[in-house]
Amino acid sequence: MGAITGAWQWLSTAANWAGEKGVWHRLAEHLWLSGLCLVLSCLIALPVALWLGHLGKGGALAVNLSNVGRAVPTFAVLVLLTLSPLGRQGEWPTVIALVLFAVPPLLTNAYLGMREADRDVVEAARGMGMSGPQLLLRVEIPLAYPLIMTGLRSATVQVIATATLAALAGGGGLGRIITAGFGNYDTAQVVAGAVLVAVLALAVEGLLVLAERLLDPMRGRRRAARTASHLTKGAGPGRAPGAPASGAPTSATTPKATTRP
Amino acid sequence: MRGGAAGPSCLEANDWICGEYLRTRSQELVDATVQHLGITAVSVVLGLLVAFPLALVARRWRGAAGPVLGLTTVLYTVPSLAMFALLTPVFGVSAAVVVTGLVLYSLTILVRNILAGLQAVPAEVREAARGMGYGPARLLYEVELPLALPALVAGLRIATVSTVAMTTIGSVVGYGGLGNLIADGMAGFFKAEVLTASVLCVLLALLADLLLLGLQRLLTPWTRVQGRAKAGARRGARTAKAVG
Repeated sequence: MGAITGAWQWLSTAANWAGEKGVWHRLAEHLWLSGLCLVLSCLIALPVALWLGHLGKGGALAVNLSNVGRAVPTFAVLVLLTLSPLGRQGEWPTVIALVLFAVPPLLTNAYLGMREADRDVVEAARGMGMSGPQLLLRVEIPLAYPLIMTGLRSATVQVIATATLAALAGGGGLGRIITAGFGNYDTAQVVAGAVLVAVLALAVEGLLVLAERLLDPMRGRRRAARTASHLTKGAGPGRAPGAPASGAPTSATTPKATTRP
Repeated sequence: MRGGAAGPSCLEANDWICGEYLRTRSQELVDATVQHLGITAVSVVLGLLVAFPLALVARRWRGAAGPVLGLTTVLYTVPSLAMFALLTPVFGVSAAVVVTGLVLYSLTILVRNILAGLQAVPAEVREAARGMGYGPARLLYEVELPLALPALVAGLRIATVSTVAMTTIGSVVGYGGLGNLIADGMAGFFKAEVLTASVLCVLLALLADLLLLGLQRLLTPWTRVQGRAKAGARRGARTAKAVG
Protein backbone atom coordinates (compact mmCIF):
# COMPACT_ATOMS: atom_id res chain seq x y z
CA MET A 1 0.00 0.00 0.00
CA GLY A 2 2.89 2.30 0.85
CA ALA A 3 4.15 2.08 -2.70
CA ILE A 4 0.82 3.22 -4.15
CA THR A 5 0.50 6.27 -1.93
CA GLY A 6 4.18 7.02 -2.54
CA ALA A 7 3.68 6.82 -6.29
CA TRP A 8 0.60 9.03 -6.03
CA GLN A 9 2.59 11.59 -4.08
CA TRP A 10 5.35 11.47 -6.67
CA LEU A 11 2.86 11.94 -9.49
CA SER A 12 1.08 14.82 -7.76
CA THR A 13 4.28 16.75 -7.16
CA ALA A 14 4.43 19.48 -9.80
CA ALA A 15 8.23 19.57 -9.73
CA ASN A 16 8.40 16.01 -11.07
CA TRP A 17 6.54 17.03 -14.23
CA ALA A 18 8.61 20.05 -15.21
CA GLY A 19 12.12 20.41 -16.52
CA GLU A 20 14.33 18.25 -18.68
CA LYS A 21 14.00 15.22 -16.42
CA GLY A 22 10.29 15.86 -15.85
CA VAL A 23 7.42 13.73 -17.05
CA TRP A 24 6.31 16.07 -19.86
CA HIS A 25 9.71 16.15 -21.48
CA ARG A 26 10.19 12.37 -21.14
CA LEU A 27 6.70 11.76 -22.53
CA ALA A 28 7.42 14.00 -25.50
CA GLU A 29 10.68 12.12 -26.15
CA HIS A 30 8.87 8.81 -25.89
CA LEU A 31 6.05 9.78 -28.25
CA TRP A 32 8.35 11.46 -30.76
CA LEU A 33 10.71 8.47 -30.93
CA SER A 34 7.88 5.92 -31.08
CA GLY A 35 5.95 7.84 -33.72
CA LEU A 36 9.00 8.43 -35.90
CA CYS A 37 10.09 4.81 -35.74
CA LEU A 38 6.62 3.50 -36.40
CA VAL A 39 6.32 5.61 -39.54
CA LEU A 40 9.79 4.50 -40.68
CA SER A 41 8.94 0.84 -40.04
CA CYS A 42 5.67 1.10 -41.96
CA LEU A 43 7.49 2.72 -44.88
CA ILE A 44 9.94 -0.18 -44.90
CA ALA A 45 7.70 -3.14 -44.07
CA LEU A 46 4.34 -2.47 -45.71
CA PRO A 47 5.44 -1.98 -49.34
CA VAL A 48 7.62 -5.10 -49.14
CA ALA A 49 4.87 -7.17 -47.51
CA LEU A 50 2.14 -5.97 -49.89
CA TRP A 51 4.31 -6.58 -52.91
CA LEU A 52 5.44 -10.05 -51.76
CA GLY A 53 1.86 -10.91 -50.84
CA HIS A 54 0.58 -9.70 -54.20
CA LEU A 55 3.15 -11.84 -56.01
CA GLY A 56 2.67 -14.73 -53.58
CA LYS A 57 6.40 -15.10 -53.01
CA GLY A 58 8.74 -14.95 -50.04
CA GLY A 59 6.39 -16.57 -47.53
CA ALA A 60 9.20 -18.34 -45.68
CA LEU A 61 11.02 -15.05 -45.24
CA ALA A 62 7.96 -13.25 -43.94
CA VAL A 63 7.10 -15.93 -41.40
CA ASN A 64 10.64 -16.68 -40.25
CA LEU A 65 11.42 -13.02 -39.77
CA SER A 66 9.01 -12.75 -36.87
CA ASN A 67 10.29 -16.03 -35.38
CA VAL A 68 13.84 -14.70 -35.45
CA GLY A 69 12.73 -11.35 -34.07
CA ARG A 70 11.17 -13.13 -31.12
CA ALA A 71 14.39 -14.94 -30.18
CA VAL A 72 16.60 -11.86 -30.15
CA PRO A 73 16.52 -9.93 -26.85
CA THR A 74 15.74 -6.25 -27.41
CA PHE A 75 17.94 -5.30 -24.48
CA ALA A 76 20.94 -7.02 -26.08
CA VAL A 77 20.38 -5.25 -29.39
CA LEU A 78 20.04 -1.87 -27.67
CA VAL A 79 23.27 -2.36 -25.73
CA LEU A 80 25.17 -3.76 -28.72
CA LEU A 81 24.14 -0.76 -30.83
CA THR A 82 25.06 1.64 -28.03
CA LEU A 83 28.56 0.14 -27.72
CA SER A 84 29.06 0.12 -31.49
CA PRO A 85 30.42 3.22 -33.27
CA LEU A 86 26.77 4.21 -33.87
CA GLY A 87 26.42 4.74 -30.11
CA ARG A 88 28.07 8.13 -30.36
CA GLN A 89 25.43 9.37 -32.81
CA GLY A 90 22.81 10.52 -30.32
CA GLU A 91 19.46 8.75 -30.63
CA TRP A 92 20.45 6.55 -33.56
CA PRO A 93 20.93 3.29 -31.62
CA THR A 94 17.42 3.64 -30.19
CA VAL A 95 15.88 4.49 -33.56
CA ILE A 96 17.54 1.52 -35.27
CA ALA A 97 16.55 -0.91 -32.51
CA LEU A 98 12.95 0.34 -32.55
CA VAL A 99 12.68 -0.09 -36.31
CA LEU A 100 14.35 -3.52 -36.23
CA PHE A 101 11.77 -4.81 -33.77
CA ALA A 102 8.74 -3.13 -35.36
CA VAL A 103 9.34 -4.44 -38.88
CA PRO A 104 8.77 -8.21 -38.25
CA PRO A 105 5.20 -8.02 -36.88
CA LEU A 106 4.20 -5.49 -39.56
CA LEU A 107 5.69 -7.53 -42.39
CA THR A 108 4.48 -10.93 -41.24
CA ASN A 109 0.91 -9.88 -40.54
CA ALA A 110 0.52 -7.82 -43.70
CA TYR A 111 1.95 -10.66 -45.77
CA LEU A 112 -0.36 -13.24 -44.18
CA GLY A 113 -3.30 -10.89 -44.63
CA MET A 114 -2.55 -10.64 -48.32
CA ARG A 115 -2.13 -14.40 -48.70
CA GLU A 116 -5.28 -15.17 -46.77
CA ALA A 117 -7.41 -12.81 -48.81
CA ASP A 118 -10.03 -15.05 -50.38
CA ARG A 119 -8.42 -16.47 -53.53
CA ASP A 120 -11.82 -16.89 -55.20
CA VAL A 121 -12.55 -13.19 -54.80
CA VAL A 122 -9.13 -12.26 -56.15
CA GLU A 123 -9.57 -14.60 -59.12
CA ALA A 124 -13.01 -13.17 -59.80
CA ALA A 125 -11.61 -9.64 -59.74
CA ARG A 126 -8.87 -10.69 -62.14
CA GLY A 127 -11.49 -12.24 -64.38
CA MET A 128 -13.40 -8.96 -64.37
CA GLY A 129 -10.33 -7.44 -66.00
CA MET A 130 -8.78 -5.62 -63.03
CA SER A 131 -5.13 -4.73 -63.50
CA GLY A 132 -2.45 -5.59 -60.94
CA PRO A 133 -2.50 -2.24 -59.12
CA GLN A 134 -6.33 -2.15 -59.16
CA LEU A 135 -6.43 -5.64 -57.73
CA LEU A 136 -3.98 -4.65 -55.00
CA LEU A 137 -5.69 -1.42 -54.01
CA ARG A 138 -9.34 -2.34 -54.40
CA VAL A 139 -9.47 -6.02 -53.50
CA GLU A 140 -6.43 -7.39 -51.72
CA ILE A 141 -5.64 -4.52 -49.34
CA PRO A 142 -9.26 -4.11 -48.15
CA LEU A 143 -9.45 -7.86 -47.55
CA ALA A 144 -6.07 -7.90 -45.78
CA TYR A 145 -6.93 -4.84 -43.69
CA PRO A 146 -7.72 -6.62 -40.40
CA LEU A 147 -4.40 -8.43 -40.33
CA ILE A 148 -2.49 -5.36 -41.48
CA MET A 149 -4.00 -3.51 -38.52
CA THR A 150 -3.19 -6.39 -36.17
CA GLY A 151 0.41 -6.07 -37.32
CA LEU A 152 0.33 -2.32 -36.79
CA ARG A 153 -1.01 -2.79 -33.27
CA SER A 154 1.62 -5.37 -32.32
CA ALA A 155 4.30 -3.16 -33.83
CA THR A 156 3.06 -0.18 -31.80
CA VAL A 157 2.99 -2.17 -28.56
CA GLN A 158 6.48 -3.36 -29.43
CA VAL A 159 7.79 0.12 -30.22
CA ILE A 160 6.44 1.63 -27.01
CA ALA A 161 7.94 -1.21 -24.95
CA THR A 162 11.28 -0.95 -26.73
CA ALA A 163 11.36 2.82 -26.34
CA THR A 164 10.92 2.23 -22.59
CA LEU A 165 13.88 -0.14 -22.61
CA ALA A 166 16.02 2.42 -24.41
CA ALA A 167 16.45 4.02 -20.99
CA LEU A 168 18.46 0.98 -19.89
CA ALA A 169 20.96 1.71 -22.64
CA GLY A 170 21.11 5.40 -21.82
CA GLY A 171 18.38 6.64 -24.18
CA GLY A 172 15.53 9.02 -23.32
CA GLY A 173 11.84 8.39 -22.86
CA LEU A 174 9.61 7.53 -19.94
CA GLY A 175 11.70 4.47 -19.06
CA ARG A 176 14.26 6.93 -17.75
CA ILE A 177 11.97 7.71 -14.81
CA ILE A 178 11.88 4.02 -13.88
CA THR A 179 15.63 3.43 -14.27
CA ALA A 180 16.42 6.61 -12.32
CA GLY A 181 14.09 5.36 -9.58
CA PHE A 182 15.86 1.99 -9.47
CA GLY A 183 19.18 3.82 -9.36
CA ASN A 184 18.13 5.87 -6.32
CA TYR A 185 16.29 3.00 -4.60
CA ASP A 186 13.23 5.26 -4.85
CA THR A 187 10.34 2.78 -5.05
CA ALA A 188 7.75 5.55 -5.28
CA GLN A 189 9.39 6.91 -8.41
CA VAL A 190 9.78 3.41 -9.89
CA VAL A 191 6.08 2.69 -9.45
CA ALA A 192 5.04 6.15 -10.68
CA GLY A 193 7.14 5.73 -13.82
CA ALA A 194 5.76 2.25 -14.40
CA VAL A 195 2.19 3.51 -14.06
CA LEU A 196 2.87 6.27 -16.59
CA VAL A 197 4.38 3.80 -19.08
CA ALA A 198 1.55 1.30 -18.61
CA VAL A 199 -1.13 3.98 -19.01
CA LEU A 200 0.56 5.27 -22.16
CA ALA A 201 0.79 1.77 -23.68
CA LEU A 202 -2.83 0.93 -22.89
CA ALA A 203 -4.10 4.32 -24.10
CA VAL A 204 -2.30 3.98 -27.43
CA GLU A 205 -3.57 0.42 -27.83
CA GLY A 206 -7.12 1.57 -27.11
CA LEU A 207 -6.86 4.42 -29.62
CA LEU A 208 -5.61 2.02 -32.28
CA VAL A 209 -8.48 -0.40 -31.68
CA LEU A 210 -10.86 2.51 -32.11
CA ALA A 211 -9.09 3.76 -35.24
CA GLU A 212 -9.11 0.26 -36.69
CA ARG A 213 -12.89 0.08 -36.39
CA LEU A 214 -13.50 3.57 -37.77
CA LEU A 215 -11.13 3.30 -40.73
CA ASP A 216 -12.12 -0.18 -41.89
CA PRO A 217 -12.61 0.10 -45.67
CA MET A 218 -15.26 -2.63 -45.47
CA ARG A 219 -17.02 -1.29 -42.39
CA GLY A 220 -20.44 -2.85 -42.02
CA ARG A 221 -19.87 -5.17 -44.92
CA ARG A 222 -17.39 -7.44 -43.17
CA ARG A 223 -19.86 -8.70 -40.62
CA ALA A 224 -22.43 -9.44 -43.30
CA ALA A 225 -19.83 -11.28 -45.33
CA ARG A 226 -18.70 -13.27 -42.32
CA THR A 227 -22.17 -14.46 -41.34
CA ALA A 228 -22.81 -15.38 -44.94
CA SER A 229 -19.66 -17.45 -45.09
CA HIS A 230 -20.61 -19.13 -41.83
CA LEU A 231 -23.95 -20.07 -43.33
CA THR A 232 -22.25 -21.70 -46.28
CA LYS A 233 -19.79 -23.37 -43.90
CA GLY A 234 -16.92 -21.56 -45.57
CA ALA A 235 -13.89 -23.04 -43.85
CA GLY A 236 -11.70 -22.62 -46.88
CA PRO A 237 -8.65 -20.42 -47.27
CA GLY A 238 -10.75 -17.31 -46.72
CA ARG A 239 -11.42 -18.02 -43.06
CA ALA A 240 -12.11 -15.05 -40.85
CA PRO A 241 -8.87 -13.10 -40.52
CA GLY A 242 -7.55 -12.80 -37.02
CA ALA A 243 -8.90 -16.19 -36.05
CA PRO A 244 -6.95 -17.94 -33.31
CA ALA A 245 -3.69 -19.60 -34.15
CA SER A 246 -3.75 -22.86 -35.97
CA GLY A 247 -1.81 -25.86 -34.82
CA ALA A 248 0.98 -25.23 -37.27
CA PRO A 249 4.30 -24.63 -35.48
CA THR A 250 4.91 -21.42 -37.39
CA SER A 251 1.60 -19.96 -36.27
CA ALA A 252 2.46 -16.37 -36.92
CA THR A 253 -1.22 -15.57 -37.13
CA THR A 254 -1.51 -15.69 -33.36
CA PRO A 255 -2.86 -12.28 -32.52
CA LYS A 256 -0.06 -10.36 -30.88
CA ALA A 257 2.31 -13.28 -31.12
CA THR A 258 5.30 -11.09 -31.43
CA THR A 259 8.49 -10.41 -29.65
CA ARG A 260 8.45 -8.63 -26.39
CA PRO A 261 11.56 -6.94 -25.16
CA MET B 1 47.35 -17.03 -19.57
CA ARG B 2 48.98 -15.92 -22.82
CA GLY B 3 47.08 -16.95 -25.92
CA GLY B 4 50.35 -17.07 -27.82
CA ALA B 5 49.36 -14.12 -30.01
CA ALA B 6 51.68 -11.18 -30.26
CA GLY B 7 50.63 -7.69 -29.20
CA PRO B 8 48.09 -6.67 -26.57
CA SER B 9 45.52 -9.27 -25.54
CA CYS B 10 41.98 -8.97 -26.81
CA LEU B 11 40.83 -8.08 -23.30
CA GLU B 12 43.03 -5.01 -23.26
CA ALA B 13 42.06 -4.10 -26.81
CA ASN B 14 38.35 -4.48 -25.86
CA ASP B 15 37.55 -6.56 -28.94
CA TRP B 16 34.02 -7.76 -29.65
CA ILE B 17 35.14 -11.36 -29.93
CA CYS B 18 37.61 -12.50 -27.30
CA GLY B 19 38.64 -16.07 -26.60
CA GLU B 20 40.49 -15.04 -23.48
CA TYR B 21 37.28 -13.67 -22.03
CA LEU B 22 35.60 -17.04 -22.56
CA ARG B 23 38.48 -18.80 -20.81
CA THR B 24 38.94 -16.49 -17.84
CA ARG B 25 35.26 -15.83 -17.10
CA SER B 26 33.77 -19.21 -17.93
CA GLN B 27 32.45 -19.66 -14.38
CA GLU B 28 30.63 -16.32 -14.56
CA LEU B 29 29.10 -17.28 -17.91
CA VAL B 30 27.99 -20.69 -16.63
CA ASP B 31 26.41 -19.15 -13.52
CA ALA B 32 24.52 -16.56 -15.58
CA THR B 33 23.33 -19.21 -18.05
CA VAL B 34 22.12 -21.45 -15.22
CA GLN B 35 20.21 -18.55 -13.66
CA HIS B 36 18.76 -17.67 -17.07
CA LEU B 37 17.61 -21.23 -17.69
CA GLY B 38 16.19 -21.52 -14.19
CA ILE B 39 14.13 -18.33 -14.42
CA THR B 40 12.88 -19.25 -17.88
CA ALA B 41 11.96 -22.82 -16.98
CA VAL B 42 10.15 -21.87 -13.77
CA SER B 43 8.25 -19.09 -15.56
CA VAL B 44 7.13 -21.23 -18.47
CA VAL B 45 6.07 -24.16 -16.27
CA LEU B 46 4.13 -21.86 -13.93
CA GLY B 47 2.64 -20.08 -16.95
CA LEU B 48 1.42 -23.40 -18.31
CA LEU B 49 -0.04 -24.38 -14.92
CA VAL B 50 -1.97 -21.10 -14.74
CA ALA B 51 -2.95 -20.95 -18.40
CA PHE B 52 -4.45 -24.42 -18.57
CA PRO B 53 -7.24 -23.88 -16.01
CA LEU B 54 -7.86 -20.41 -17.45
CA ALA B 55 -8.34 -21.91 -20.91
CA LEU B 56 -10.67 -24.55 -19.46
CA VAL B 57 -12.71 -21.86 -17.70
CA ALA B 58 -12.86 -19.80 -20.90
CA ARG B 59 -14.09 -22.85 -22.79
CA ARG B 60 -16.59 -24.02 -20.21
CA TRP B 61 -18.32 -20.67 -19.73
CA ARG B 62 -18.71 -18.60 -22.85
CA GLY B 63 -19.11 -15.43 -20.80
CA ALA B 64 -15.74 -15.95 -19.15
CA ALA B 65 -13.83 -16.21 -22.44
CA GLY B 66 -14.02 -12.49 -23.21
CA PRO B 67 -12.73 -11.25 -19.83
CA VAL B 68 -10.00 -13.92 -19.63
CA LEU B 69 -8.65 -13.19 -23.11
CA GLY B 70 -9.10 -9.44 -22.63
CA LEU B 71 -7.22 -9.42 -19.34
CA THR B 72 -4.27 -11.41 -20.67
CA THR B 73 -4.09 -9.08 -23.69
CA VAL B 74 -4.07 -6.02 -21.42
CA LEU B 75 -1.24 -7.58 -19.37
CA TYR B 76 0.68 -8.21 -22.57
CA THR B 77 0.38 -4.57 -23.60
CA VAL B 78 2.20 -3.33 -20.47
CA PRO B 79 5.89 -2.91 -21.35
CA SER B 80 8.19 -5.36 -19.57
CA LEU B 81 10.23 -2.73 -17.76
CA ALA B 82 7.04 -1.23 -16.33
CA MET B 83 5.72 -4.68 -15.41
CA PHE B 84 8.85 -5.53 -13.42
CA ALA B 85 8.82 -2.07 -11.84
CA LEU B 86 5.19 -2.49 -10.75
CA LEU B 87 5.89 -5.91 -9.25
CA THR B 88 8.94 -4.74 -7.30
CA PRO B 89 7.03 -3.26 -4.33
CA VAL B 90 4.97 -6.47 -4.09
CA PHE B 91 7.85 -8.95 -3.98
CA GLY B 92 10.81 -6.73 -3.11
CA VAL B 93 13.98 -7.03 -5.19
CA SER B 94 13.94 -10.77 -5.86
CA ALA B 95 13.71 -13.36 -8.59
CA ALA B 96 9.97 -13.59 -7.86
CA VAL B 97 9.49 -10.20 -9.59
CA VAL B 98 10.99 -11.50 -12.81
CA VAL B 99 9.24 -14.87 -12.68
CA THR B 100 5.82 -13.31 -11.99
CA GLY B 101 6.23 -10.82 -14.82
CA LEU B 102 7.25 -13.52 -17.26
CA VAL B 103 4.38 -15.79 -16.19
CA LEU B 104 1.89 -12.97 -16.81
CA TYR B 105 3.31 -12.38 -20.29
CA SER B 106 3.30 -16.05 -21.24
CA LEU B 107 -0.40 -16.31 -20.36
CA THR B 108 -1.50 -14.33 -23.43
CA ILE B 109 -0.06 -16.78 -25.91
CA LEU B 110 -0.61 -19.96 -23.87
CA VAL B 111 -4.29 -19.36 -23.02
CA ARG B 112 -5.10 -18.45 -26.62
CA ASN B 113 -3.37 -21.47 -28.09
CA ILE B 114 -4.68 -23.98 -25.57
CA LEU B 115 -8.20 -22.66 -26.09
CA ALA B 116 -7.84 -22.80 -29.88
CA GLY B 117 -6.48 -26.34 -29.63
CA LEU B 118 -9.32 -27.56 -27.42
CA GLN B 119 -11.96 -25.89 -29.56
CA ALA B 120 -10.55 -27.49 -32.68
CA VAL B 121 -11.24 -31.02 -31.38
CA PRO B 122 -13.91 -32.36 -33.76
CA ALA B 123 -17.34 -32.71 -32.17
CA GLU B 124 -17.69 -36.25 -33.60
CA VAL B 125 -14.58 -37.36 -31.74
CA ARG B 126 -15.96 -35.97 -28.52
CA GLU B 127 -19.33 -37.62 -29.14
CA ALA B 128 -17.71 -40.96 -29.91
CA ALA B 129 -15.64 -40.86 -26.72
CA ARG B 130 -18.71 -39.98 -24.70
CA GLY B 131 -20.59 -42.81 -26.35
CA MET B 132 -17.79 -45.18 -25.31
CA GLY B 133 -18.44 -44.15 -21.71
CA TYR B 134 -15.66 -41.60 -21.19
CA GLY B 135 -16.32 -39.25 -18.25
CA PRO B 136 -15.47 -35.53 -18.50
CA ALA B 137 -12.00 -35.88 -16.88
CA ARG B 138 -11.02 -38.92 -18.94
CA LEU B 139 -12.37 -37.25 -22.08
CA LEU B 140 -10.19 -34.23 -21.38
CA TYR B 141 -6.96 -36.04 -20.57
CA GLU B 142 -7.18 -38.99 -22.94
CA VAL B 143 -8.92 -37.51 -25.97
CA GLU B 144 -9.05 -33.74 -26.09
CA LEU B 145 -5.63 -32.92 -24.64
CA PRO B 146 -3.68 -35.22 -26.98
CA LEU B 147 -5.55 -33.79 -29.96
CA ALA B 148 -4.90 -30.22 -28.76
CA LEU B 149 -1.24 -30.97 -28.13
CA PRO B 150 0.17 -29.61 -31.41
CA ALA B 151 -1.54 -26.25 -30.85
CA LEU B 152 -0.45 -26.26 -27.21
CA VAL B 153 3.17 -26.96 -28.07
CA ALA B 154 3.10 -24.31 -30.81
CA GLY B 155 2.05 -21.81 -28.16
CA LEU B 156 4.57 -23.18 -25.70
CA ARG B 157 7.36 -22.69 -28.21
CA ILE B 158 6.43 -19.06 -28.87
CA ALA B 159 6.08 -18.40 -25.13
CA THR B 160 9.40 -20.08 -24.31
CA VAL B 161 11.38 -18.27 -26.98
CA SER B 162 10.02 -14.89 -25.97
CA THR B 163 10.53 -15.69 -22.28
CA VAL B 164 14.19 -16.52 -22.88
CA ALA B 165 14.63 -13.17 -24.62
CA MET B 166 12.65 -11.24 -22.01
CA THR B 167 14.48 -12.70 -19.01
CA THR B 168 17.35 -10.32 -19.86
CA ILE B 169 15.20 -7.37 -18.68
CA GLY B 170 15.26 -8.94 -15.22
CA SER B 171 18.67 -7.34 -14.86
CA VAL B 172 16.92 -4.19 -13.55
CA VAL B 173 16.37 -6.09 -10.30
CA GLY B 174 19.58 -8.11 -10.63
CA TYR B 175 17.91 -11.37 -11.68
CA GLY B 176 18.31 -11.32 -15.43
CA GLY B 177 20.60 -14.29 -16.03
CA LEU B 178 22.64 -13.39 -19.09
CA GLY B 179 20.98 -9.96 -18.99
CA ASN B 180 23.04 -9.21 -15.89
CA LEU B 181 26.19 -9.72 -17.94
CA ILE B 182 24.82 -7.47 -20.70
CA ALA B 183 24.03 -4.71 -18.19
CA ASP B 184 27.40 -5.19 -16.52
CA GLY B 185 29.18 -5.09 -19.87
CA MET B 186 27.36 -1.90 -20.81
CA ALA B 187 28.32 -0.21 -17.54
CA GLY B 188 31.98 -1.16 -18.05
CA PHE B 189 31.97 -0.66 -21.84
CA PHE B 190 33.12 -4.30 -22.11
CA LYS B 191 32.27 -5.36 -25.65
CA ALA B 192 33.22 -9.03 -25.43
CA GLU B 193 31.00 -9.55 -22.37
CA VAL B 194 27.95 -7.98 -24.06
CA LEU B 195 28.36 -9.84 -27.34
CA THR B 196 29.05 -13.21 -25.70
CA ALA B 197 26.02 -12.93 -23.40
CA SER B 198 23.78 -11.79 -26.28
CA VAL B 199 24.85 -14.65 -28.54
CA LEU B 200 24.40 -17.18 -25.71
CA CYS B 201 20.92 -15.82 -25.11
CA VAL B 202 19.88 -16.28 -28.75
CA LEU B 203 21.41 -19.77 -28.75
CA LEU B 204 19.44 -20.67 -25.62
CA ALA B 205 16.22 -19.54 -27.31
CA LEU B 206 16.90 -21.61 -30.42
CA LEU B 207 17.91 -24.63 -28.37
CA ALA B 208 14.74 -24.44 -26.26
CA ASP B 209 12.67 -24.17 -29.44
CA LEU B 210 14.30 -27.27 -30.94
CA LEU B 211 13.89 -29.22 -27.69
CA LEU B 212 10.16 -28.44 -27.58
CA LEU B 213 9.80 -29.41 -31.22
CA GLY B 214 11.45 -32.74 -30.40
CA LEU B 215 9.19 -33.16 -27.39
CA GLN B 216 6.14 -32.62 -29.55
CA ARG B 217 7.31 -35.27 -32.01
CA LEU B 218 7.81 -37.72 -29.15
CA LEU B 219 4.40 -37.00 -27.65
CA THR B 220 2.42 -37.10 -30.89
CA PRO B 221 3.73 -40.12 -32.79
CA TRP B 222 0.50 -40.38 -34.78
CA THR B 223 1.25 -37.16 -36.69
CA ARG B 224 4.43 -38.78 -38.03
CA VAL B 225 2.60 -41.89 -39.12
CA GLN B 226 0.29 -39.64 -41.10
CA GLY B 227 3.32 -37.75 -42.35
CA ARG B 228 4.68 -40.88 -43.95
CA ALA B 229 1.37 -41.53 -45.64
CA LYS B 230 0.36 -39.86 -48.86
CA ALA B 231 0.71 -36.11 -49.07
CA GLY B 232 -3.01 -35.78 -49.62
CA ALA B 233 -3.75 -37.57 -46.38
CA ARG B 234 -1.35 -35.30 -44.52
CA ARG B 235 -3.05 -32.25 -45.90
CA GLY B 236 -6.40 -33.52 -44.76
CA ALA B 237 -5.13 -34.21 -41.27
CA ARG B 238 -3.59 -30.79 -40.99
CA THR B 239 -6.69 -28.92 -42.03
CA ALA B 240 -8.73 -31.07 -39.66
CA LYS B 241 -6.45 -30.03 -36.84
CA ALA B 242 -6.14 -26.43 -37.86
CA VAL B 243 -9.82 -25.56 -38.11
CA GLY B 244 -9.82 -22.76 -35.59
